[in-house]
Amino acid sequence: MGMAHITVSNLTMAYGSLIIQRNMSFAINRGDIFIIMGGSGCGKSTLLRHLIGLKQPHEGAIFYQNLSFWDASPKERRALMMKMGVSYQSGALFSSMTLAENIALPLSSFTSLSHSDIREIVSLKLALVGLAGFAEYYPAEISGGMQKRAGLARAMALDPDILFFDEPSSGLDPISSRLLDDLILHLRDNLGATIVVVTHELSSIFAIGNNSVFLDAESKTVIAQGDPKQLLAECDVPKVRRFLTRGDGGETHMPHQVTLRY
Amino acid sequence: MFTRPRTVYDIFSMPTSDTTPTLNIRELPGQRLEIALGGDWIADTQRPSADEILAMLGEKDASKALCFDTSCLGLWDSLLLTFLSKIENGCKAKGIPVERSGLPVGIRGMLGLADAVPEREDVRRLAPQSGFVQKTGLLGIAFWEEAIAILAFIGEVALGFCKLMLGKAHYRRVDLVLLLQECGANALPIVSLISFLVGMILAFVGSAQLSKYGAQVYIADMVGLGMSREMGALMTAIIMSGRTGAAFAAQLGSMQVNDEIDALKTMGFSDIEFLVIPRILALALMMPLLCVYADLMGMAGGGLVSLSLYDISILEYSQHILARLRFQDFAVGVGKSVVFGLLVALAGCMRGIQCGRSSQAVGMAATSAVVTGIVMIVCADAVMAMIVITLHW
Repeated sequence: MGMAHITVSNLTMAYGSLIIQRNMSFAINRGDIFIIMGGSGCGKSTLLRHLIGLKQPHEGAIFYQNLSFWDASPKERRALMMKMGVSYQSGALFSSMTLAENIALPLSSFTSLSHSDIREIVSLKLALVGLAGFAEYYPAEISGGMQKRAGLARAMALDPDILFFDEPSSGLDPISSRLLDDLILHLRDNLGATIVVVTHELSSIFAIGNNSVFLDAESKTVIAQGDPKQLLAECDVPKVRRFLTRGDGGETHMPHQVTLRY
Repeated sequence: MFTRPRTVYDIFSMPTSDTTPTLNIRELPGQRLEIALGGDWIADTQRPSADEILAMLGEKDASKALCFDTSCLGLWDSLLLTFLSKIENGCKAKGIPVERSGLPVGIRGMLGLADAVPEREDVRRLAPQSGFVQKTGLLGIAFWEEAIAILAFIGEVALGFCKLMLGKAHYRRVDLVLLLQECGANALPIVSLISFLVGMILAFVGSAQLSKYGAQVYIADMVGLGMSREMGALMTAIIMSGRTGAAFAAQLGSMQVNDEIDALKTMGFSDIEFLVIPRILALALMMPLLCVYADLMGMAGGGLVSLSLYDISILEYSQHILARLRFQDFAVGVGKSVVFGLLVALAGCMRGIQCGRSSQAVGMAATSAVVTGIVMIVCADAVMAMIVITLHW
């Protein structure tokens, strides 16, 4: 704890000439559950694409420990990427492969494990996400929530150092969503992995997050960062307050209500 | 006793039934104009237009406030809402105050909701105004960028093939086998049909001319040469472009939409090695085989025509073909088909990998894969025809 695992320094993100976010700087510590939050269209998913090495920064740099991702050699970059696991919003399972083949793919390609070892790891990972017995199913044959969990099992295949989640609770019922939160906490506590979550699900944010950044689409910058619970208690940026209280707090359209409240 | 206010204007003064929409404008004491609505204001009924009403209000004194009486209003839907908001906007423009108090709660609520967030002026998009010069320039830039993208893709694929040769490429053997089956055996029925018919067409067209000179027996030579040197390879390529090239683009495109390609990359795979190389390899390996098969089917089609129309026996037909065809005639066609296979697979995979992240983009990728594929096939065929002629093959 306390040691910066990922450092984002002066990152500017852009699609062509369209700037998404400017001058972002923050650090994600080892063992953090780091939340990337903000309203729709503020660049959360774009930031995720930068963090997992799919998109090159317009300006600035991203460091993993002390290695700048885009200044590293292709070999180092690949090694870094293999230490990351990403759980996509839709699961992003390969539709032509069974769940077992999906999870086995990185194992059989990048390790020298025997077939039987791989099979055992696959059933372990499936069991971890509550999908034991579904190994021979194709992604199209299981529900959306199950696809998501299978995607997580695949993300965990190579025992990653950093796990990224893109909207983990979208499309899940409250109970599954809660179970996923518990699973994320479990993974952090037991594997010591650093976890980065893109979400706007408030209950998740407060339940699991211990550090966060809040992106704002209008000013195109990070307007708050820190522990979400602390932000709720102390942050006086109106937009952040409104977000964290589902629109009840902070600056409101009706000034008389503010006078009533204080 | 209640006295009915003087009716200024009745549009439907005699309702035919309770449900016919009615609208009356009355002047009330206290500088007020009242619009009384009655009947069902729903779709598919004859209703006055808001512009008509606004024109009538325009004739009245602008200082009067407008209010509503909806005590006789039956059913209503969004059409009444748009009608009322048009009237409100029109009144606002003329400075006539509007009171909503006479409207039913539901309508007031919906109108309030529609007004709650004012329209953002800065997000309105104007249709881009561009002149001829600008359009031409933009097209030129787009063409240039496209050319660079194609070259970059070819470069990446070439690097991928180098890795494949060195045995370092990561892909699944089982994928390659499935692709070989898909591009090869599964394409046989359609290739049979098309090339058999093309052979027949060649024989028909040729025989019409040759029979004028009593040289029908040379149909065999013509069909044999035509199929083996040109039509076998070309028709197979066009079939495969529509069949397999489009499928490649759609598969890779939907993988892009579904984040599968991102997932591959973050897992440390190269999309080129894993997805593109096996597809190109499969098609380039299967195309020559399909081409030889198409050549034979075409010759069979020609044989059927010469047998049935000109009584040239199968034996005579095949002897003519065997005597006339040289190995290099076959080789030219097969060589072309390898090039065509590479081009079709390249076009399909490139459009798939370039695909955007929407279902519409997948459709465009598939279409564009076929168009690009066919354009490349025909251009390459023209170039190769010149090379073949220059070299006297």
